[in-house]
Amino acid sequence: MAVNLSDGSVGLVTPQVAHFDEPFTFSSGAVLRSHELVYETYGQLNNAGDNAVLICHALSGSHHAAGYHSQDDRRPGWWDLAIGPGKPIDTDRLYVVCSNNLGCCDGSSGPNTINPATSEPWGGAFPQPQVKDWVRSQKRLAEHLNIPRWAAVIGGSLGGMQALQWAVDFPDWVEHCIALAAAPGLTAQNIAFNEIARHAILSDPDWCQGDYLAQGKLPTRGVALARMVGHLTYMSADGMSDRFGRELREGSFAPSDNSEWVFQVESYLRHQGARFSTQFDANTYVLMTRALDLFDLAAEYKNDLVAALSVAKANFLIASFSSDWRFPPQRSIEIRDALLAAGKPVTYANIDTDNGHDGFLLPNPTYQALLSAWMCRVGPA
Amino acid sequence: MSRLDLDTVLSWVPEGSRVLDLGCGDGAFLARLSEERGAVGVGVDIDPANLVTAVSRGLDVIQEDINDGLHCVIANRFDVVILAHALQELTHPHIALQRMVDIADEAIVSFPNFGHWSCRLHLGVKGRMPMSRVMPRHWYDTPNIHFCTVTDFDALCSALHIDIIDRATIAGPAQHFLGRWFPNLFATSAIYRIRRSGG
Repeated sequence: MAVNLSDGSVGLVTPQVAHFDEPFTFSSGAVLRSHELVYETYGQLNNAGDNAVLICHALSGSHHAAGYHSQDDRRPGWWDLAIGPGKPIDTDRLYVVCSNNLGCCDGSSGPNTINPATSEPWGGAFPQPQVKDWVRSQKRLAEHLNIPRWAAVIGGSLGGMQALQWAVDFPDWVEHCIALAAAPGLTAQNIAFNEIARHAILSDPDWCQGDYLAQGKLPTRGVALARMVGHLTYMSADGMSDRFGRELREGSFAPSDNSEWVFQVESYLRHQGARFSTQFDANTYVLMTRALDLFDLAAEYKNDLVAALSVAKANFLIASFSSDWRFPPQRSIEIRDALLAAGKPVTYANIDTDNGHDGFLLPNPTYQALLSAWMCRVGPA
Repeated sequence: MSRLDLDTVLSWVPEGSRVLDLGCGDGAFLARLSEERGAVGVGVDIDPANLVTAVSRGLDVIQEDINDGLHCVIANRFDVVILAHALQELTHPHIALQRMVDIADEAIVSFPNFGHWSCRLHLGVKGRMPMSRVMPRHWYDTPNIHFCTVTDFDALCSALHIDIIDRATIAGPAQHFLGRWFPNLFATSAIYRIRRSGG
C-alpha cells in the first residue's frame, strides 16, 4: 500500500550520513578516532540560518522523525504528528534536523557498527555516551550543516533532557527550548526500572558479554523482556484499562475451559517485545538506559538546578502529561520552578491525558494546539 | 471584569514592571499591559483553552491552580501581582493574599462587593442568596465560594498586616459619588492596591 504523502507530510525522506575524522572524546575520557552520525532534515535552511530546529530523540527513537523512507513504509517517522508542512513544527518555515545519537543502533557510530581498530562490531566495547556527549556531537553536526545556532532545540523524555542540556551547555546556541515529559535527573525508581531492563538483557544466554554480534547470536529474549518492562512504564493504568481491560485474546472464562489464557494486554506486550527485540540493539539499550541514569542537569552546578538553568538564555516550554508516571508532572514542575527562580521566560502546561509517558508522541488536541501556538514564536517572523 | 476596572488596574501598573497575573484567563489583559505599559508579564491560569490562547498572544503562562499555594513563584521576582475578580473563587483567600504581598512589591486585587445594597436587599427582603448580572449563578453552583464586602476586605488587610496604598470603587452611573462616599453600600466592585505593612 502506498503511503499517504498528501497534507501535512514531509513526504519521502532519505537519511544522510555525516562523517567526522576529528576525534571525539566522551565525558568518560574514551575517544572515538572518527565517527559517523546519521541524520535527516526537513524543510530548507534560510540564508540567515535562523530557522534551524534540532529534534532530539528519546530512548528508542532514531533520526527518522518524520515522513516516509519508501512508498511501502508502513508507518511514518516517530514524531510525524508534530513535524511537517502546517504542523506545529512547520517545515514550510523551519529547517528541522534530527540525528541518530552516538552509540545508538540506527546507523550512527554505535555498538552495532564496525570498530575500525578491530574490523569487528564494537559490541560491548563501545564507549558509554552521556547526554552532554550527545549535545557536543550534535553541535558538531550543526557546524557541519553550517547552522550558526538553533532557533529551537526540542525533545521529549530523554530527548527533552538533551534539549535542557543544550540550553545549559551552549546558551548562545539555543534561542528556544522545549522539554516534554522530561526530568532534571532520574529518581531511584527510574533507575530501578532501567536496571531491571539491563538485567533482563544481561541474563540472556545469547548476550555473550555484549559480544553477541561477533558470535552470530542475538539476545532477543532479554531485549524483549526489557522492552516489555519499559513499555509498561510508558502507559498509564487508566489508559491500559481503556485499551485492554480484562479482554481475552485466546481462551475463555468458561468454567470448563482449561486452555491457555492470553489476555489482550499480554499479547500486546509480547508483540511489542518481540518486534523490538529484532530491531533494537541490546548494547544500545544498555548504553541508553545508563545515559538516562547518569543524566543530572545540576551535577556540575553543585546540585543546584536553579544555578544550572541560570546559565541558559533560551525561552522555555515545559510540558508534562497528567498520567505520566515515568517522569510525572512533578518532575517537569521542578524544572519549571527552577526556571522561574532563575528568572527565565517559561511556559508550563500539564496536558490532561490517559496516554501516560507516551503522551508526548500521541495525538491530543490541547497538546497539539499548545505546541503550534508556542512554535509561532520560533524562527524568523 | 469591566473595562473600567481594568483601566484602573492598568493605571496602577508602573511602566516596564514585571507583572504576575493570577487567573490571567486568555491573556487579553496581560497582552494589554505589555503593549500599553511595557510590562513583562507571566500569567497563571488553570484552564487549558485559556493557556493556548494566551500562548498564541506570545505570552508566557504557567498552568497552575492558584489554590495550590503558588509555590512556583519565588519572592520578589515581580514588581506587581494582579488578582482580578478571582479572590472570591479561592479556597483560602487570606493565604493567597499573604502570598501575593510576599512575592511582589505590590498587589492589585479586585472583587465584587457583596455589601452592595442590591445584595443586601436580596438577602434582607427576599431572604435569598443574591443573583445578578455580576453574580449570575445559584449559590450551590458557583465558583464564587468566598464573597466578601469592602469592609470585610479592609478588616482582613488589617488582620494580615497589609497596607492599603490605594482603593478604587466601581458603582453604577447614578451612584458614582455614593460609591465613593459609601463604598460598602454602593460599590458593585472594588479594586485595591496593597502591600506588606512596612514594605
